[in-house]
Amino acid sequence: MQEVLNKKNVEKRILAPRESRDTIGRINVSNPRMICRDVNVYYGDKQAIRNVSIDIGCNEVLAMIGPSGCGKSTFLRCLNRMNDTIDNCRVTGEILFDDKDIYDSSIDVVPLRAQIGMVFQKPNPFPKTIYENVAWAPRIHGIIESKSDADEIVETSLQKAGLWGEVKDRLDQPGNGLSGGQQQRLCIARAIAVSPEVILMDEPCSALDPIATAKIEDLIEELRTQYTIAIVTHSMQQASRVSQRTAFFHLGDLIEVGATEAIFTKPSHQLTEDYITGRYG
Amino acid sequence: MIKSTKKSVVGSSASSGRIKAIDIVNKGLKRRYRKEKRFRLYGMLSILASVAFLAFLLTSIVFNGYSAFLQTYIKLDVPLEAGMIDKQEPGRSDFQGIIKSAIRSYYPEVTERQDKRELYALFSSGAAFQLRDTVLSNPPEEGTTLSLWVLADDDVDMLMKGHMKRDVPEGSRRLNDKQLRWIERLEADKRVEKRFNTTFFSAGDSREPELAGIWGAVKGSIYTMLVTLALSFPIGICAAVYLEEFAPKNLATDFIEVNINNLAAVPSIVFGLLGLAVFLNFFGMPRSTPLVGGIVLMLMTLPTIIIASRAALKAVPPSIREAALGVGSSKLQVVASHVLPLALPGMLTGTIIGMAQALGETAPLLMIGMVAFIVDIPGGFTDPAAVMPVQIYLWADSPERAFVERTSAAIMVLLAFLISMNAVAVVMRKRFERRW
Repeated sequence: MQEVLNKKNVEKRILAPRESRDTIGRINVSNPRMICRDVNVYYGDKQAIRNVSIDIGCNEVLAMIGPSGCGKSTFLRCLNRMNDTIDNCRVTGEILFDDKDIYDSSIDVVPLRAQIGMVFQKPNPFPKTIYENVAWAPRIHGIIESKSDADEIVETSLQKAGLWGEVKDRLDQPGNGLSGGQQQRLCIARAIAVSPEVILMDEPCSALDPIATAKIEDLIEELRTQYTIAIVTHSMQQASRVSQRTAFFHLGDLIEVGATEAIFTKPSHQLTEDYITGRYG
Repeated sequence: MIKSTKKSVVGSSASSGRIKAIDIVNKGLKRRYRKEKRFRLYGMLSILASVAFLAFLLTSIVFNGYSAFLQTYIKLDVPLEAGMIDKQEPGRSDFQGIIKSAIRSYYPEVTERQDKRELYALFSSGAAFQLRDTVLSNPPEEGTTLSLWVLADDDVDMLMKGHMKRDVPEGSRRLNDKQLRWIERLEADKRVEKRFNTTFFSAGDSREPELAGIWGAVKGSIYTMLVTLALSFPIGICAAVYLEEFAPKNLATDFIEVNINNLAAVPSIVFGLLGLAVFLNFFGMPRSTPLVGGIVLMLMTLPTIIIASRAALKAVPPSIREAALGVGSSKLQVVASHVLPLALPGMLTGTIIGMAQALGETAPLLMIGMVAFIVDIPGGFTDPAAVMPVQIYLWADSPERAFVERTSAAIMVLLAFLISMNAVAVVMRKRFERRW
């Protein structure tokens, strides 16, 4: 009986009116790399994200969690304007990067995306060699000119991604021939080859087994020293393992944000608590 | 839940009252396999039927046409008496007269004017040209006798190939009894021979079947296809890439898309009318030329190539595009480095289909004058030319029996051309098809 009542309460809270869904917790940090204020995203008439304001600090890992369809991936894709590729997608509010709104008309998305790299949910290496996968982006940006530059950048990027030892003898093999976890690390190597400042990761481990996941998580921990990382994940364990701050999204609202430890030990909002204790989601 | 509903269907056959799901599955299994077997049979039958039709078509073409690759030649001794060859300009000598006198000297008994004419008719009018070529390339001494294999007339050729029966009444064959006797004498002297028909593969069209060849049409087709390919491939792919990757999705692009799809269904003769009105009448381009033919066929193949190319572009996984965009490449770099290489095999398939369609097209070319009787072999894009399907159409329309086999032979050449064109495209596609 108690159980049933609890469930009803949860449902009531999930469907609670919008007004009571303001963000709880500290959204700003002392040394922000990106500052988002009142970000709204619309797909056509449908609003996918409502008034999200959050800072992403330098050299921190920000985890974004929440049930499916809560808008966390949508928000992540706003951060390097990947949503531009979706026809009827509209973004309002401001996202500051180097004190400039990235949605300002004076901003060129090509250099922006070179500074804010992205790793996707499904490993998507180019159908080219491992070497080309890493070397292509620096080449089109003009970062590398000679073959030796390229060799160097391929080696350092693969080393940073923890893949060098496994692939150094077969750089001319197709990137798609690697295992899922290796492919994902190749994608990370590809992202860091252009020396971005922020790396966005959209559920990078959802297609991987636990061993490959552990490798990537270790890698994220290492990358944090040089890069700012925003990661969307479905796994709360992963969020608690890799991140310093966690943001909880629900149905397009940023419900709660705070230090990861605090979120997972004593969440302030009832929805957050319900989610991380597994009552829904 | 399932068990209880199924139980009522199965009824009393269950002794225990509880029927396992696997029993129900087993019961329906036979019916399912029967259905599958039936479907496979239908599939095999339809393949068999299409193979049978194709085999029938090909055998009838080959059977009708193979004899055109051989041609009857007659050995003629040509005595070159003094004064027959013009010393100053040997090319202007009366070669027709020399041939005639050579024929007369082989048949001294023929004196009647009418008989002579019938006798001359056994030899092709091309014999004089053969003699001329021989004399010009290797000027003989006066007083010598040239032994020359000259072309037989098409009626003699048909007789030798058995298409004309000797034992039918005189009135129902094109050679009369007298002519038959003359031919029998040639045969007895072993002066008649069937040889490989080089004329067919090296000459242009002619009123005389034995002088007619497909080479003019082949070259016309090559030039026309080159124009078509050079225009439609880049234009088609640029249009498809722009529409698929760059164009905003709005009413204007929807309108263009609908119209491209409609254009693919427009009867080809309409494109011919368009070519006549625009390219010939308005721009004043030369008629009957591969240039105009190629442009008209380009208009016809463009929709096919654009539609196939767009489908190929759509099939490229969006994750590749996102990956490239995610590292900060511009749209053009995404397309040029990643999307286009993946889509190219599909685009080539569309191009093959379009080009094959263009190669076999007659109707639009009728409108721009490529149906004309053209004897000369075209040497360029602006020379009057025929193309193979038009040549086939013209020969199929000709009354001479010898053109029947040439029609089939021309179809074989057209098919060989088509197959080799497609083979090149398939090889190219295979080379690009490295999807990994």
